[in-house]
Amino acid sequence: MATITPLFAPEQGSISSNKEAASASLESLLAIRFFEEAVDGLFARGLMHGTMHLSIGQEAVATGVCAALRKTDFITSTHRGHSHCIAKGADLTRMMAELLAKQTGYCRGRGGSMHIADVETGNLGANGIVAGGIPIAAGAALAQKMQGKDNVVVSFFGDGATNEGAFHEALNLAAVWDLPVVFVCENNKYGMSFSTAKSMKVEKISERAAAYGFPGVTVDGNDVDAVFEVAKEAVDRARSGGGPTLIECLTYRHKGHSKSDKNLYRTKEEIEFWKTKDPVGIFETKVVESGQLTTEEVEQLTQKVRDAVRLAIQEATQAPDSDPGELLSSVFRQVG
Amino acid sequence: MSERIITYAEAIREAIGQAMEADESVFMLGEDIGVYGGAFGVSGDLYHRFGEERVRDTPISELGIVGAAVGAALVGMKPIVEIQFSDFTAQAMDQIVNQAAKIHFMLGGELSVPMVLRAPSGSGTGAAAQHSQSLESWFAHVPGLKVVLPSSPADAKGLLLAALDDPNPVIVLEHKLLYKTSGHVPEEMYRTPIGVSNTVREGSDLTIVATGVMVSRSLEAAAQLASQGIEAAVIDVRTLSPLDMDPINASVAKTGRLMLVQEAPKHVGFMAEVAARVAEGPAIYSLTEPVTRLCGMDVPIPYAPQLEKAVVPQLDDIVEGAKSLMRGV
Repeated sequence: MATITPLFAPEQGSISSNKEAASASLESLLAIRFFEEAVDGLFARGLMHGTMHLSIGQEAVATGVCAALRKTDFITSTHRGHSHCIAKGADLTRMMAELLAKQTGYCRGRGGSMHIADVETGNLGANGIVAGGIPIAAGAALAQKMQGKDNVVVSFFGDGATNEGAFHEALNLAAVWDLPVVFVCENNKYGMSFSTAKSMKVEKISERAAAYGFPGVTVDGNDVDAVFEVAKEAVDRARSGGGPTLIECLTYRHKGHSKSDKNLYRTKEEIEFWKTKDPVGIFETKVVESGQLTTEEVEQLTQKVRDAVRLAIQEATQAPDSDPGELLSSVFRQVG
Repeated sequence: MSERIITYAEAIREAIGQAMEADESVFMLGEDIGVYGGAFGVSGDLYHRFGEERVRDTPISELGIVGAAVGAALVGMKPIVEIQFSDFTAQAMDQIVNQAAKIHFMLGGELSVPMVLRAPSGSGTGAAAQHSQSLESWFAHVPGLKVVLPSSPADAKGLLLAALDDPNPVIVLEHKLLYKTSGHVPEEMYRTPIGVSNTVREGSDLTIVATGVMVSRSLEAAAQLASQGIEAAVIDVRTLSPLDMDPINASVAKTGRLMLVQEAPKHVGFMAEVAARVAEGPAIYSLTEPVTRLCGMDVPIPYAPQLEKAVVPQLDDIVEGAKSLMRGV
């Protein structure tokens, strides 16, 4: 088991102005970064199978949003879901084991990178279908309301998902039923290769919220504090019965869409520009400059997270391979 | 004690009402199921009995509705989705096929989707090609979905209650021509097991296997055949997934003749699976004649009454088909 310090919301103020919260958020940012760099490396060396979608460059979105959530709150995630999974508190070993096709993985090797769910931390699942998780989030939120619970559901999705019918249907349902759900769009400018400039006429995806009669807001998705601030407001509103919010986080993926991407649709200059807006570096600098963490503390934290990822790889590698013998009996939950 | 006779629609409503009384997590959602009482009158007065929260009218959003049911089912609710016509499940296929059917397996087994999706299926109402299809083999082809076609009021209630007990997604395709038909239905909450075919009539000359509205039509045919000295067994498959072949194989071993009757188009239809399974097992050696499939034509359901009747098996077709099978092909 390899875990990091759980994220939490400071009682007041921004994340970077609270030492413990800043430290936890930095751990989350680094864990996502190092985990994904590690799997990228394993893949490149032929030690990992299949495909995956990396969120390197987008770590602040999951971190800022999940810092505003309780453990009992739920999320639905996407094909690019490692960041959400880690930020919500997943065990890095079980994630790594899943990617390495092991029996001890979150999905026992049946799902892989795109399908990790973690009941323990309220992660209702990553999803290989663009926008597939959005109606599910609305339904989980409906259940909270019907069960008289004050949990909130966050649905993560990309810019491409907002052109799907499922996005429209789910946001409308959430609106008319005043559901405790927050829709978080990670706008990384491209649905695979197709840019948002070509895929939609609206300037801001958050404008689409107006069509459903609830608030929409656009925020710098590479700034943990900014993401946390709008997420906290939206989560609080949802929890107190004020209904849904659409949050658009402007961000960028440094890596290609998946493993087949040759980056033919964007320029080196654009990628380099966004690397200067690296959310991990920005946050590190901010917390050091504000005096919340010393350079030494940042180094210690960095080492701690590196060790956690290394442990995850070690433990996962030693685990048994997933078992074909249980396939047929696993299609249905057994009755009774 | 006299047997209580109610309709198929009333039996479904009774099952839902009893389940909602017994279990707070059961709720209904769908289009026009509230004050309107459902397009086919199935939900009826449930809205007045249980209120708008638990008999939840929705916008016209099949994908959203099924997705919401999947999400609610993941976190402890037992939703019953009503899709107004089974044809409209096409709008919701992602949530049915890619989400509900796969979540338990694909996500490692901790989560499951105890959702019941009910939809009126079949032709015979003059509603033409987009409101009359028999799409059961779509669902039966997807691992992770259970598929149920109740053919009588008693089964409509018992299978629905069994579906609600099941921790997996169950697609219940009700036949719209059956809603107003009546039969004996016990008042208590009984379950008709999913995955058990039902021999509705014993017979020694030929075996008729049927689904949905074709079951009662085959029974009528069997009565006519009996008056002409031909004893047909009629087996209602009742649950397509999981499929119980035992009574079919046993009957074929006795009769040596097999006629498969379905309303859905023949090509790649469900009965092809039944034929293949008979052919894969020892029952094939009992066959004295080739297997006969009596199915819907491979055309969209047309509007005009004479055209609509022409494309699905009617009573006379079953009687003639059986007689021809008895004569030898």
